[in-house]
Parts: sequence; structure tokens; C-alpha cells
Amino acid sequence: MSDSTAIAHGAAETPGHVHGEHPPYQRHHFETVEQQADATNFAMWLFLLTEIMFFGGLFTAYLIYRNWYYPAFVAGSHQLNIFWGTANTAVLISSSFTMAMGVWCAETRRKGGLVLCLVLTFILGLVFLGIKTIEYSEKIEKHHVPGFHYSLQSFLNPDSDPEAKAAGDKPLPLDMARHTEVYFSLYFAMTGMHALHMIIGISILGFMIFRAQAGAYTTGHVTFVENFGLYWHFVDIIWIFLFPLLYLISRHQ
Amino acid sequence: MSEHTSQTANHGGHEHHVTPPIVYVAIFITLLVFTALTVGASYVEMGVWNPVVAIAIGVVKATLVVLFFMGVKYSTKLTKLTVGAGVFMFIVLISMTLADYISRAWGRW
Repeated sequence: MSDSTAIAHGAAETPGHVHGEHPPYQRHHFETVEQQADATNFAMWLFLLTEIMFFGGLFTAYLIYRNWYYPAFVAGSHQLNIFWGTANTAVLISSSFTMAMGVWCAETRRKGGLVLCLVLTFILGLVFLGIKTIEYSEKIEKHHVPGFHYSLQSFLNPDSDPEAKAAGDKPLPLDMARHTEVYFSLYFAMTGMHALHMIIGISILGFMIFRAQAGAYTTGHVTFVENFGLYWHFVDIIWIFLFPLLYLISRHQ
Repeated sequence: MSEHTSQTANHGGHEHHVTPPIVYVAIFITLLVFTALTVGASYVEMGVWNPVVAIAIGVVKATLVVLFFMGVKYSTKLTKLTVGAGVFMFIVLISMTLADYISRAWGRW
């Protein structure tokens, strides 16, 4: 993803070197532009594999703890709001779509379209984080954030809690109720790491919008937009699995 | 998309494939339909099958994103091999971890 600056460097030619034989964005250690694009694509996927392994560890921890402390995980899951979860899934899928369209605009050299797609992706990313903030503030208000101020009330006395009452939760024994803290630890670790990836992605998008307006990605050199697209879609895939595992699969238990 | 309808931007070596917008629109709509499906399925009592169905729908959605949005379907053999190797390795690691946790307290559940 680092060779977006190659366009700017192309103008400053070194003496005794003619750039007429290849595009200015082709680095000299590559034989062809195609080879350069394939190598960068390969490298981006290697990075994404490390990300899969990283999130995979969190998913495995969730799987094992859910089996150990099943009633606590069911009661914890009932505290999440399916409406906001579904809305956020739709928002994120839409942002993936606008990002894919952005890649197409870059490939077909549509500068205005590319800027529009990047801005839409940027806004949808912010909407996702905004909804996440609403959800997090609910958890903070009910003292469901793991730590010194964690409250067991929703799980020891479900009738006092609107969400637990609506789900028909039975009171948990004290030792099992305490394990709901494990559920929320994993909830905040997984959605928090996902949100951190969103924040990084949105920051890069902000940078890309200015570069795209300057015409950086519509000259035939689309590597940066393409590889950022891969990153953005990867973040979407993580959410595609987080949403059912955290929000949906414990609805009936 | 067949090879005949696909547009190409570069020539020589591995040709750069440009996925037409209609494919992205179709995948986008399919993903939204599957999202509605997975939410709907969560309201149906299926016992142990609820998580299975949810993860199966998730796998379908992720596969669509990888193949079309991320363009792996039109990428080089190297990229396809990389993605395949990554998924395979991920499954191996999860299986070994779970095998350990299942067998460690064997008979003492």
C-alpha cells in the first residue's frame, strides 16, 4: 500500500534515466506493472492472513468460554440490541459496496465517482461507529463494562431489567452470574478491536479522499485504492461473523 | 462473469480484471438478503441448529465478499493459494485448540 507516493516521485527524474519506457509508478525492481500489482496484492493478503489469525484467536476464546459458561453467555447476549446490530450490519455492508464501487471508479478513471464513493464509505464508517457508541453507552449506564463497577443486578434479578425481562431470563446463581463478566469482556474485546480497525480505516479514507481529489488514483495506478478496499472488506467480514455470534445465536435459550 | 464479458485494463502478464458494477450491485443485494435471513432465522426455535445456521449464513456471506468484493475469483493463482492456505491454517489451529479443550478433561465433564 506504500507506493501511492510513486506518482509524485515520477516527476523528479534522475539524470541518465528516462521514464518513457514504463509508467512513472512502476518501481524499478519490478519487470512489469502487472508483476508489481500481483506482488502488492500478494503482500496485502499475507497481512490480512495475520489479521485472520488475530481475530481467530478471539473467536476461539469466545467459542470455548461460551461452552463453559453457557447460561451466563445466553443472559449476556440478551442484553444486546438486535435492532442496532442489524442496522450496523446493513451500514457496514453498504460501506463495503460503496468501497467496491470506488475501486471500479479508480479502475475506469472516474475521478468524481471515486471521490463520491470514498466520501460515502467514510460517512457510513462514521455511522457505524456512531451506532456502536449508542450501544456502548447503554452498557456503561447499566454497569455492564467489566471492572470494579460491574453490576450483576440484571442477571441475579432479571425482572428488574427491561431487556432480561423481555427475554424471559431466569435468575442465575451467583457464581454463574459472575461469569457474565467474561461474556462482556469478550464482547468489548472483539467489538472494540473491530471498532479500532474501523477507526484506522476511516483515517486512511480521509487521507485518500484528498489524494483522490488531486487525481492520484485515476491515472491507471489503482494499487492503493484496491488494497485499501481489501482491508475494508476484511473488516466487513469480521463483523459478518461477530454479529450472529454475539447478538443472534442465544435468542432462544 | 465469463471471460468474454470481462473488461481488461492492462495487457501482458496477468491482466487486470475490472469487475463491472452490476456484479457489485448483485452481491450487495444478496448480502442484504442474507442479513435479513440470518436475523429471521434467529427468531425461529431450532435448538442446537440456531448457531449452525447462523454460522453457515455467515460463511456464505464471507465467501461472496472474498470472491467478488475482494476479487479473489479473478485474481492470480498465487492469491487464490494464499487465501486458501490461510483459511486451511485457521481451521487447523481452531480444530487443534478445540481438540485440546475437549480431550483435556476427558470423562470428567
